[in-house]
Amino acid sequence: METYRILQHPILGEIQQGKPVEIEVDGKTISAFEGEPIAAALLAAGIRVFRYTTKRHEARGVFCAIGRCTDCMMIVDGIPNVRTCITPVKAGMKIQTQVGLGKPQEMQP
Amino acid sequence: MRETEFAIVGAGPAGLSAAIEAARAGVQVTLIDENEKPGGQLFKQIHKFFGSKEHYAGVRGIDIGYQLLDEVEKCGAEVMLNSVVWGIFENLDLGIIQNGKRNLHLQPKKVLLATGAVENALAFPGWTLAGVMGAGAIQTLVNVHRVLPGKRILMVGSGNVGLIVSYQLLQAGAEVVALVEAAPRIGGYAVHASKVARRGVPILVSTTVKEALGKETVEQAVLVSLDENWKPIPGSERTLDVDVICLACGLSPLAELAWMAGVDFTYIPQFGGWMPLHNENMETTRSGLYIAGDLAGIEEASTAIEEGRLAGVAAAESLGYLSPAAAEEQKTVIRKRLNQLREGPFGEARKEIKEQLAFGGGKWRY
Ligand SMILES: Cc1cc2nc3c(=O)[nH]c(=O)nc-3n(C[C@H](O)[C@H](O)[C@H](O)COP(=O)(O)OP(=O)(O)OC[C@H]3O[C@@H](n4cnc5c(N)ncnc54)[C@H](O)[C@@H]3O)c2cc1C
Ligand code: FES
Repeated sequence: METYRILQHPILGEIQQGKPVEIEVDGKTISAFEGEPIAAALLAAGIRVFRYTTKRHEARGVFCAIGRCTDCMMIVDGIPNVRTCITPVKAGMKIQTQVGLGKPQEMQP
Repeated sequence: MRETEFAIVGAGPAGLSAAIEAARAGVQVTLIDENEKPGGQLFKQIHKFFGSKEHYAGVRGIDIGYQLLDEVEKCGAEVMLNSVVWGIFENLDLGIIQNGKRNLHLQPKKVLLATGAVENALAFPGWTLAGVMGAGAIQTLVNVHRVLPGKRILMVGSGNVGLIVSYQLLQAGAEVVALVEAAPRIGGYAVHASKVARRGVPILVSTTVKEALGKETVEQAVLVSLDENWKPIPGSERTLDVDVICLACGLSPLAELAWMAGVDFTYIPQFGGWMPLHNENMETTRSGLYIAGDLAGIEEASTAIEEGRLAGVAAAESLGYLSPAAAEEQKTVIRKRLNQLREGPFGEARKEIKEQLAFGGGKWRY
C-alpha cells in the first residue's frame, strides 16, 4: 500500500509519533500511531473520502484539520458525527464511513 | 461557580505570553484552550522567524513554542486543556465545556480573548471535493502529524501562508505543481517567494482556479487567467493533474466570543476584516475585557506574542499587582518591540492603523 507518511524530514528529522497500533476502517485493518488524529492515520493510508452528505450524497474529506468545519465526521466505535481530525487513535478502534447524519438506519454506505 | 482573577481564552502565542506576564506579576491566571496541547498555531511553524534582532529572529516557531510552554509551567498559571469556552456573559463569566462533557462556569475579574483566526475559504465548482483543503490544515498534517495530504499540490494564494506552506510541502517531499495568485503581484515577502521559485515552482499571478474536477476526490484543477479587472479571460483555461488544492486565501479574526460580549467592532481589510476595537492596552470597549493576537487583527506569531504580553501587563496593573509606573515601564519596552516588528511596507501600514485605533480618537469607529 502506498504510504503518505513523511518518514524523513530535513528539519524535523525521523518520524517519532506514538506507539504503532492497528485500527479497522470499514472492515479493513490499517496501521496507525496511538494518539495521532484518526484523520491523519486515514490519510496516511491513502483514504480520502470520510463521509457522504445527507441530501446530495456528495463525498467529503478533511478540510480544516482543526475541528472547525465538520467535513471529516465519521462513525467511531458506533458513535456518529465524530470529528476525526481532532479525535486521537486508540488501538482497535472501529471506524466507518458516515452517510448523512449517521443515524443507525443509514449506517452502511 | 469557580472564580479566578484573570481568565485567558486561547493558549496560542498571544494567550501564553499574556499568562506568563500576568502570573509573573502575581496574578491568579487560568489559561483555557480547546486543544489537547497548548501552543495554538505555533507548533506548525517550522520555518525561522525574522524581524527584530532581540525578537526570536532566526528561531523556528516550534522552538519558540517550547520556550513559552516552559515559561508557562514555571510561572504558576493554571492551564485548562480540552476546554471549549462556549459563552461569555454579563459579568464576564465564562461557560466552558470540558472534555466534551462537563460544563463549568467560571467567574473571572478580567478576561483576555486570544482565540486566533479562522481560514478564509474560496468557493468554486468542485471546491467540496475531498482534497480541497485549507493551508492551515495542510500545515498541521504535514508538520505536526507527518502525513502528506496528497502528492501533487496546487497552491492558491501567494501571501506568506501560501508561500511558506508551499515550501514546507516541498521539504516534506510533495510536488507543488503551481502556485496561483489572483492579484497581479505576489502578496507575501520576497524572501519566501524566491525560496519557492528557486525550487522550480511556477508562480502564476493574475491566475485563479476556475474549477476542481474529480469524482469524489480532486483529480484535476482548471486554471484561468484574469484580466486587469479580475475577470476571467475566455480561452485561457488550462488543466493540471493534481490531487490536492490548497487554499491560502487569508485569515479572519475568530471573533464569535467578542461579538457575544457585545464590544464595538471595526472593519479593517489589512487586518483581515471585522475585529474588535481596542486601545493601547489591548482593552476593548468593554472594561476588563482584553484581546490580543490574531483576534486583534491578523499579523504574525511574533506580534501576537508582544500583544499578549501587553495585555498581560495591563491586566496585572488593573488588578493592582503592578504600580502604574512599573506597568508603564514594561509597556514601553513591549510597544517598542512591537513597532520594530511592524516595519517594511506591510508593517508600516499596520503600525499606523494600530496607533490610530489606540490613540486616534475613533477614526476607525463604525
Ligand atoms: C493555520 C494558520 C497558520 C499560520 N501560519 C503562520 C506562519 O507560518 N507564520 C506566522 O508568522 N504566522 C502564521 N499564522 C498567523 C498567526 O497570526 C500567528 O502565527 C499566531 O499563531 C497567532 O497567535 P494567536 O495566539 O493569536 O492565535 P492561535 O495561535 O491561533 O491560538 C488561538 C488558540 O485559541 C484556541 N481557541 C479559540 N477559540 C477558543 C474557545 N472558544 N475556547 C477555547 N479555546 C479556543 C484555539 O484552538 C487556539 O489554540 C498562521 C495562522 C493560522 C490560522
Ligand atoms: S476537517 Fe474540519 S472538523 Fe475535521
